Amino acid sequence: MKTDIILAGVGGQGILSIAAALGSAALTNNLYMKQAETHGMSQRGGDVQSYMRISDKPIYSDLIAKGSADIILSVEPMEALRYLPYLKEGGYVVTNATPLINIPNYPDVEQLMATLKALPHEVIIDADNIAKEAAGNTRASNFVMLGAASPFIEIPFEYLEKGIAAIFERKGNEVVEMNLKALRAGRDFAKNYIK
Amino acid sequence: MQKQLLLGVEAIAQGALDAGISGVFAYPGTPSTEITEYIQESKEAIARNVHRAWACNEKTAMETALGMSYAGKRALVCMKHVGMNVAADCFMNAAITGANGGMVVTAADDPSMHSSQNEQDSRAYGKFALVPIMEPSNQQEAYDMTRHAFDLSERLGTPVLMRITTRLAHSRSGVETREGRKENDINLPEDKRQFVLLPAIAKKRYQILLDKQPVFEEESDNSPFNQYLEGEDKSMGIIACGIGYNYLMEAFHGQCPYPIVKVSQYPLPRRMITRLSESCKRIVVIEEGYPIVEELLKGYLRKEAVHGRLDGTLPRTGELNPDCVAKAFGLQHTEGAPVPELVVPRPPALCVGCSHRDVYNALNDVVKEYPNARVFSDIGCYTLGALPPFQAINSCVDMGASITMAKGAADAGLYPAVSVIGDSTFTHSGMTGLLDAVNEKSPITIIISDNESISMTGGQESSALGHLEAICRGMGVEPEHIRVMMPVPKNHDELCQIIREEIEYKGVSVIIPRRICIQKNARDAKKRKK
Repeated sequence: MKTDIILAGVGGQGILSIAAALGSAALTNNLYMKQAETHGMSQRGGDVQSYMRISDKPIYSDLIAKGSADIILSVEPMEALRYLPYLKEGGYVVTNATPLINIPNYPDVEQLMATLKALPHEVIIDADNIAKEAAGNTRASNFVMLGAASPFIEIPFEYLEKGIAAIFERKGNEVVEMNLKALRAGRDFAKNYIK
Repeated sequence: MQKQLLLGVEAIAQGALDAGISGVFAYPGTPSTEITEYIQESKEAIARNVHRAWACNEKTAMETALGMSYAGKRALVCMKHVGMNVAADCFMNAAITGANGGMVVTAADDPSMHSSQNEQDSRAYGKFALVPIMEPSNQQEAYDMTRHAFDLSERLGTPVLMRITTRLAHSRSGVETREGRKENDINLPEDKRQFVLLPAIAKKRYQILLDKQPVFEEESDNSPFNQYLEGEDKSMGIIACGIGYNYLMEAFHGQCPYPIVKVSQYPLPRRMITRLSESCKRIVVIEEGYPIVEELLKGYLRKEAVHGRLDGTLPRTGELNPDCVAKAFGLQHTEGAPVPELVVPRPPALCVGCSHRDVYNALNDVVKEYPNARVFSDIGCYTLGALPPFQAINSCVDMGASITMAKGAADAGLYPAVSVIGDSTFTHSGMTGLLDAVNEKSPITIIISDNESISMTGGQESSALGHLEAICRGMGVEPEHIRVMMPVPKNHDELCQIIREEIEYKGVSVIIPRRICIQKNARDAKKRKK
């Protein structure tokens, strides 16, 4: 198996928490993984991306080649589109619906949504609201996003759960449960969405 | 042993700890910062009391490490590539003195300039200083080679340069660690004059360094990190340096038909390269950064059939990636779907509530009154003042250059010449420039925008903390022209007035708007809660 994921968002949105959960899941599953991330200047509200590669065979490149990512997982809708050249034919775009508008020339939101919906394989999800409903906290929205991408990731769902549990273990059962609820709600939403 | 998920930089930090370092010496800089941070947070390092505080700049870091090496203990130095420029004086001469305890210098290069003002290749410094260079291709090698580098440094009595680039620095993978080695005891150099670089001694030491060159080459040919990988098709041979090897293997899905020399330790392994050159018609060099190996093999007259970044086989600038490497070998390659037109750039920006914003708002208002005013700035978050909505600065060159460039412009007759520098950048390399200005009573206005933190790299402790006014007074700035204030929106008029007054003063003035970085403040509050 092999899953190449581009994680996208804006500096400060915490896409690395998604990467950490995936990394932990991959490692406990004895899979190979490489994950390249952005540090430094662009973390100040600029566009950020992380290249996540998981495979049962050794991985060479830390970067993903154009036209070969299985999934673009974005926590911001415009950022999802920035990485389209990397998506393989038949690959999925999974994106949060909530725009983060911190630039004066942000595109028209309706037009943006129309562009996203016109993609052949997309899941557009209101992760903030689902996180609030399912987990009682919008802060869990990144794991709603991971859950929504999980049907397209070749890692058993239990391993993602274990990965999240391992990361939040120290913060207590309540925090683990909150994030697991978010993960499951995201998965359920995506499964219904693609029916 | 259980694998740990480590960034490339963290693998180097753990490798150094397991190699028995007694100190890490560094100034923060992307992509090198987390090496030191990892050691600062390591329970083991704390228990061992490994030296791990930040230095004022890369030069003081390098010199302190050399002092530790002199005393026979192992020392790690870390910096970003441009930090090597600051530390170069010590680095070049440490090659002449040689090392006593193992000394490894990690330079993290940033090709494509993700967070830097240039993409210089630190291998040039290694070659310049005539010392061995390590260039790991993955996280496991980063760990293993750091340990190897310390052993090599101690065995051959030379500093060793560890060169990495952004993608390895900031990419995570599973790393297997091995049991660590004890720290060295104090063990002073046998030759009491080894570190005294008077010309007569330096000449001898230089000859010793030159005599070691064939030994370094031999080490490279026998290094477990350099490999000759046989291939069926001899029409081409490939030299793949550092992480260039990964993109090559990615392009060929792990099955490259051509012979390869995988290079991770320099000087180049002469026997392997000779064998490749003798058995293959032409050679392609894949290297991250400058075409250093390519140029070396090609020679000035470019008679050899060597291809790479110089002839367009690979792009001349920017970091390597799987796409450009695949293209270089004519392999199937797609540009993917285009980016929709409505996607616009999202540049980084100063945080909402950041004190630098208040400084630029006031400065812009005052500068409007002086059409000839120019603002010389520096390296840090406040460099973002170059972008809209502020567009407030006219220069950003190197650490500390704001003060000296303002002075030079004032020397040329420009008025007003204003300098904007951060607190930590000031203590890194601004102080000596201030002394120059004071000595000549230069008519410049210096704003030290003090957010009590090294913010761009993640809020490390600033060496300037609690010292700024005393430093300025000590350097000879007149006390009435050292103006400290609190930059918040309601003090806008006060700051404007101060700037105006100090521009009108035809000598050196220092304005210190002081308010802690809001990111650091939030992080500190979180830590206190824990």
